[in-house]
Amino acid sequence: MNRIDEIRVLIARRKRWDTAFLVCGVIALMIGILTFVTLFVDMAIDGLPRLSWDFFTSFPSRRPEQAGILSAWVGSTLVMVATAFFAVPLGVAAGIYLEEYAAKNWVTDVIEINITNLAGVPSIIYGLLALGLFVYTFGLGQSILSAGLTLALLILPVVIVATREAIRSIPQGIREGAYALGATQWQLCRDHVVPYSMPGILTGVIIGMARAIGETAPIITIGALTFIAFLPPPPVQPEPPFISFEWLFSPFTVMPIQMFNWTSRPEAAFHQNAAAAGFVLVLMTLAMNGLAIWLRYRLRKKIKW
Amino acid sequence: MVNTQTKAEVKSLSFYYGDFNALKNISMPVYDKRVTALIGPSGCGKSTFLRSFNRMHDLYPGNRYEGEIRLYPDDVNVLAAGVDPIEVRMRISMVFQKPNPFPKSIYENVAYGLRVRGESRRVTLNDKVEEALRSAALWEEVKDRLQEPAFNLSGGQQQRLCIARALATDPEILLFDEPTSALDPIATASIEELIHDLKTKVTIVIVTHNMQQAARVSDYTAYMYLGELIEYGVTDEIFIKPRKKQTEDYITGRFG
Repeated sequence: MNRIDEIRVLIARRKRWDTAFLVCGVIALMIGILTFVTLFVDMAIDGLPRLSWDFFTSFPSRRPEQAGILSAWVGSTLVMVATAFFAVPLGVAAGIYLEEYAAKNWVTDVIEINITNLAGVPSIIYGLLALGLFVYTFGLGQSILSAGLTLALLILPVVIVATREAIRSIPQGIREGAYALGATQWQLCRDHVVPYSMPGILTGVIIGMARAIGETAPIITIGALTFIAFLPPPPVQPEPPFISFEWLFSPFTVMPIQMFNWTSRPEAAFHQNAAAAGFVLVLMTLAMNGLAIWLRYRLRKKIKW
Repeated sequence: MVNTQTKAEVKSLSFYYGDFNALKNISMPVYDKRVTALIGPSGCGKSTFLRSFNRMHDLYPGNRYEGEIRLYPDDVNVLAAGVDPIEVRMRISMVFQKPNPFPKSIYENVAYGLRVRGESRRVTLNDKVEEALRSAALWEEVKDRLQEPAFNLSGGQQQRLCIARALATDPEILLFDEPTSALDPIATASIEELIHDLKTKVTIVIVTHNMQQAARVSDYTAYMYLGELIEYGVTDEIFIKPRKKQTEDYITGRFG
C-alpha cells in the first residue's frame, strides 16, 4: 500500500466519527422539534375549530361555545407591559453597573453568583414573595401592577445576564478609544455601551418576556382571578389628562390561568377552548421570539467591529 | 534643529503592573512640535510607556506609576494623584494600533471628542469636523459621505479617521501606538506622510516596531529594552552612530 492510500484509509477511519456525531446530533434535535410539533399540531387540531373573531372578543362564560379569551389576552398584554416597564430599566442598569462600574472583588463575585442562582429559583417562590411583599406589605392588591412587578423580578436575572453578555462583546478598543478622547464613564455608557449592546439587551428582554407570558404559578399565588368578565379601565381616556393608570390596580386574569381554568372543567367543550387558548398563547410566544430574532438582525447590521 | 522647546519632561518614571516592574526609571524630554519615536523589541515597555502619557493605565486596577511626566508650559505632573486622568486625556490624544472607529457615522466619529466636551452647536461641529478631516488628509475622500458608517472605510482610511478624531479636539500631544502595524504598505506610507505634516501643529510621540519608520518620521528616538531606556537622542545620530553597542545591535538587526 502506498502512502496516499494509507492517508485515505486514515481519513476514512477518522471521518466515521463525523458521521456518528452527525446522526446523534440530528436525533437529539429531532426529539426536541418533534415533541414541540406534536404538541402544537395536537393543540391546533383540538382548538382551531373554536378560533374565531368572537373567541377573541368574548368574556369567559359558563356556556363553552360562548366563552372567549378577551379578558385573558388583554390581561396578559397589560401584565407584559408592566413587566417590561419594571424589568428593562432595572435589569439594564444592574447589568451596566456590574460590567462597567463594579470593582472586580469578592462582593461582585457573590452578587454574580446570586444573580445566576436567582435565574434558577422556582417561579412559585417569586409568587410567595410577591404575595407577602407587593400584595400585602405594599398594599398593591391582586392587581396588574403586582403581577407586573412579580414577573419583572422573575425575568430580571435573564435581562441582567443578557445585558452583561452584550456589553462584554463590545471590544476593549472601543472603550479605550472613547476614554482616550476624554470621555467620562457615564459618557462611555450613554454614547457607546448602551447603544452597541442594544441588540443583545432587546433579545434578552424579549426571551425573558416570552418566558413570563407563560408563567402561571406566581400569578395564581398573588391571586389573579380565574373568571373575569370585565376589562381593566383603558389607559387612554377622552378627557384630560387623557392617560390613566387605573388599569394598573385592576383585577385581571392571564392566558395560562384561563387555560388552567378551562382544563379543570369536566365538559369536553371547555377542553377545546383550552386548546384554542393554548394555541393562541404559543403563537404569542413564537411571535415574541420571532420579533427578538428580527430586531437582533436589524440592529446588528448597523454594528460591526 | 533650532528653537526646540520642551513640551514634556519624563522624570524617573517607573511603572508597575501589580508586582511586575514594566518601566524602570525612565527620564527623557519630549520636544514641542517634534516627532519622538519609541523603539525596541516586543515586550520592552514602549507601549506601556506611551500609555502612561495619557493615563490609560488608570482604566485597569493594580497599575501604579512612580516618578513624573511634567507637561509644559504649565508644568503639571500628569501622573500626580490629584490630576484627573480625564483632564490629561483632554490634553493628550491617542491613536491606537488597530483602527478603532466607533460604529457610528464618519461625522459622529470625528465630532465625538467635541461632544464629550459638551459642544453641540452645529456650525462649530461642522467646522471642526472638516478641519480635522482635512488635517488627517481624509476630507477629499469622505466629504460626500459624512453620514455613512465609518466601517465602510478601508483600514487605512479608518486609521486616518481615528487620527482626525484625535485631532478634532486640538490636543497638545498626539500619541501613536504602532499606528501602521495593521495596515498595508500604501496605507502605511500615507499615514507616515501625515505624521510628517502634522508635526507643524502638534507634538507627536510614536511607538513603532519598524525601524525604517522611526528613521523616516521621527526627529528624536528612544531605544528601550526590558523596561529601561537604553539610549535617547536625535534620530539621525541614533541610527548612524549610536553611542551604545546594544542600540547598534538592535538597529542593524543583529538582535530583536
